[in-house]
Amino acid sequence: MILTAILAIILAAFIAPTLNRVLPALSHWLLALVPLSAAYWFAIQVPGVVAGVPVLESTSWAPSLGVALSFRLDGLSLLFALLICGIGAFILIYSGGYLRGHPREGRFHLFIMAFMAAMLGLVTADDLISLFVFWELTSITSFMLIGFNNEDARSRRSAIQALMVTGGGGMALLAGLVLLGMASGEWSLTAIAASGTDLRTHALYPVLLVLLLLAAFTKSAQVPFHFWLPNAMDAPTPVSAYLHSATMVKAGVYLLARLNPTLGGTEPWFWALTIAGGVTALWGSAMALRSTDLKKILAYTTLMALGVLVLLVGIGSDGAMKAFAGFLLAHALYKGALFMGAGSVDHGSGTRNVGELGGLWAKMPATGLFIAIAALSMAGLPPMLGFLGKELIYEDVFGGGQYVALAALLLANSSMVAAAGILFLKPFLGVPTKAAAGAHESGPALLAGPALLAGLSLLFGLWPALPQGLLAAAASAARGAPLELDLHLWHGLTPALGLSAVTVALGVGLYAGLTSARTLLAGVQRVTRIDHDKAWDCLLSLLDRLAGRVAGWLQDGLLHRYLAWIFSGILFLLGTTLAVRGGLVWPGISLEVEDALGGSLAVLMLGGTVGAIRAHSRMEAVLALAITGMSVALFFLLFSAPDVGITQLMVETLSAIILVLIMAKLPLLPPGSDRSHRVAIFHGFLAIGLGGVVSAILLAALDQPLALGLSRFFGDTSLLEAHGRNVVNVILVDFRGFDTLGEITVIATAGLGVFALLRARMGKSKGRKA
Amino acid sequence: MEVIMALTVGGMVAGSVYLFLSRQYLRVMFGVIVLSNAVNVAILTVGRLTSGRAPLISRGNEVMDQAAANPLPQALILTAIVIGFGLLAFALALGYRAYQEMGTLDTAAMRAAEPEDKR
Repeated sequence: MILTAILAIILAAFIAPTLNRVLPALSHWLLALVPLSAAYWFAIQVPGVVAGVPVLESTSWAPSLGVALSFRLDGLSLLFALLICGIGAFILIYSGGYLRGHPREGRFHLFIMAFMAAMLGLVTADDLISLFVFWELTSITSFMLIGFNNEDARSRRSAIQALMVTGGGGMALLAGLVLLGMASGEWSLTAIAASGTDLRTHALYPVLLVLLLLAAFTKSAQVPFHFWLPNAMDAPTPVSAYLHSATMVKAGVYLLARLNPTLGGTEPWFWALTIAGGVTALWGSAMALRSTDLKKILAYTTLMALGVLVLLVGIGSDGAMKAFAGFLLAHALYKGALFMGAGSVDHGSGTRNVGELGGLWAKMPATGLFIAIAALSMAGLPPMLGFLGKELIYEDVFGGGQYVALAALLLANSSMVAAAGILFLKPFLGVPTKAAAGAHESGPALLAGPALLAGLSLLFGLWPALPQGLLAAAASAARGAPLELDLHLWHGLTPALGLSAVTVALGVGLYAGLTSARTLLAGVQRVTRIDHDKAWDCLLSLLDRLAGRVAGWLQDGLLHRYLAWIFSGILFLLGTTLAVRGGLVWPGISLEVEDALGGSLAVLMLGGTVGAIRAHSRMEAVLALAITGMSVALFFLLFSAPDVGITQLMVETLSAIILVLIMAKLPLLPPGSDRSHRVAIFHGFLAIGLGGVVSAILLAALDQPLALGLSRFFGDTSLLEAHGRNVVNVILVDFRGFDTLGEITVIATAGLGVFALLRARMGKSKGRKA
Repeated sequence: MEVIMALTVGGMVAGSVYLFLSRQYLRVMFGVIVLSNAVNVAILTVGRLTSGRAPLISRGNEVMDQAAANPLPQALILTAIVIGFGLLAFALALGYRAYQEMGTLDTAAMRAAEPEDKR
């Protein structure tokens, strides 16, 4: 059924462009029904999964390789699946309104639904290889989405940057998963968790940890791989809302949470995750305060949220995983609503710059209301779900005594309060500006998503028992042990509440002193400034230059050098194989009298070859070649191959005639050698080496007994079944008749080619410079 | 005899490789001719050499004499000779046309596809 859901979404994706052409005004509503029904199916699985019974299903995919399309729906997967399908449906509706009349609206639906399917597969996959495949699919589809405005150079650059960073992480993921499979001997997540192998003490643990963390950190934009995420904001707003709030960037977080029970809890895990997460959270919140573009602010607060989630997985205690689940849901809901709301503001007023916005409340009350609710949730104020999430975090980190992490979280969260203020207060309640004067409220398609997500933020905050079971199941899956979760809006006077109060106070202070805070941050950043974007460009151009050098060195356009490379490669591969595998045999020569004739033919062949090399004129060369060719023909006749001998004679004669005819139209061979002394020595070595290797292979082959089965078969059946006494001819025209037909075709094609080459008078056309 | 022929084939391959590495298109063509001869000889040799017993079924017999030469390599060589000839004819015609277009048969100067690097 999970597979059915994924396939249904893919199918819907492919009919989206057509549907959009036929029913442009309705298509997004219709398409949204597909993820909505998937979400409904996932929702009715909740009771079972909460009760501790994951849904399992498996379809064999490549049984010979042991790869299966197996899916597993536990609390963590279910939480993600619900977010993906639920938010996805409303994003579809929203994008229908946002891109109304856009010439490529249908294509957009195609991409975003393909992404949805890939993401759904990723969070439900149980098999390591399918996990990797879905992971890569999300990278590729998100590349198309970020670069949707493909006529814009910035968009293209951002898309390529995102693809390269996350795609590079994908490579690491593949290697990491393969090592994981090798280390545990199992290829499905369930089996790995159940096998009980202690991977943490395994010799491969450090390597696979580094690889998997690389994958997760690139996907979830952790410092120092964070730079692609703000750039990805060049995408249309629905993409930002979907990919960069609820789903794609959380894929890395999902991977970490998924692997936490098997790989987590060690020192390297703890330090890598808490440091990367903490730094990302702080950096994100600092940048959020400095930005003035609504989407950029949201992008940076997303970085902060991702950092916090990674930090929590790093801590990995019972409480941390509960906080992880709670904050994950809270963030997805409010961030989705805020992104869509920001898009509506952009749509309605024509700008996303906070400085140009003010007094929108009068014009866009509904959007304003939803943004306000979501912003309250982001600020972590009661009675929103964001408050519950933040309380959980504080409770655990304070209880666990991680005071450095606590300080980082406190700073980051107070920045969130300030950022929430920037997002709502000035644009909506500030003095009306010119941009606001022309603003208009959005239609139902643009309001449905923010309304639902903001509504859920409020509903879950007021009635925490509603998501409680699922969150507990998600936390248990990420912890690897059953956890109980008891959510209440009012916990009593706890240290967490006190910390919340401090956070809000700090945040209000930050917002009030925003100008000076910005100056301060700018000062701090001048000191610690690393322009990652520039560094990225430098890296790419460096790579470009290196590739240019290598290609210029390897491929200098000279045919004989190419051939020298190829021959060297063959010599190296064949030579080492022979030497390593012990293929060098020397049977010893026993000369007999009857070999004298064959031996003299061999001498003639070699003499002809040497003559062809040493020939100064073309005619000398043709004669020398004729000596070789005729000796070969005689050799065939001598050793019982009359048909071959006759054919060789004919072909040899024809070749000589053609050579001479064509040579009449070609220039003479230039006098002297066409290579310098040093080059000649190198080529000589290469030639002798290859000749030696060929001889050695032939000797090795002669050393083996000959398998005569096939020859016997032809000899035995030639007359009785094919009615021919000349066995060689019968093989050609009967047993291997189709082969000969193919050969005739090749010759006919070559003939046509020659004909065309000689007849076609292309002339010296203008475009070609010879 | 097989051993002698194995060594001879090695010598011919060495010669053809040397010709292949030349800058003159015609010499490369000579290399093609020598190489295809060498390969054909190699195929017959590896199938073992039998003198004076062609793979024919004599009158009165229903099956081939077990002592006759191995017919399979011969069938393969027949195909190979003809294909090799087709290749040679095509390559020569190509060289002819290339000379008409570019006015040279020095492969180092035939750079329409990969012009000299400007850097």
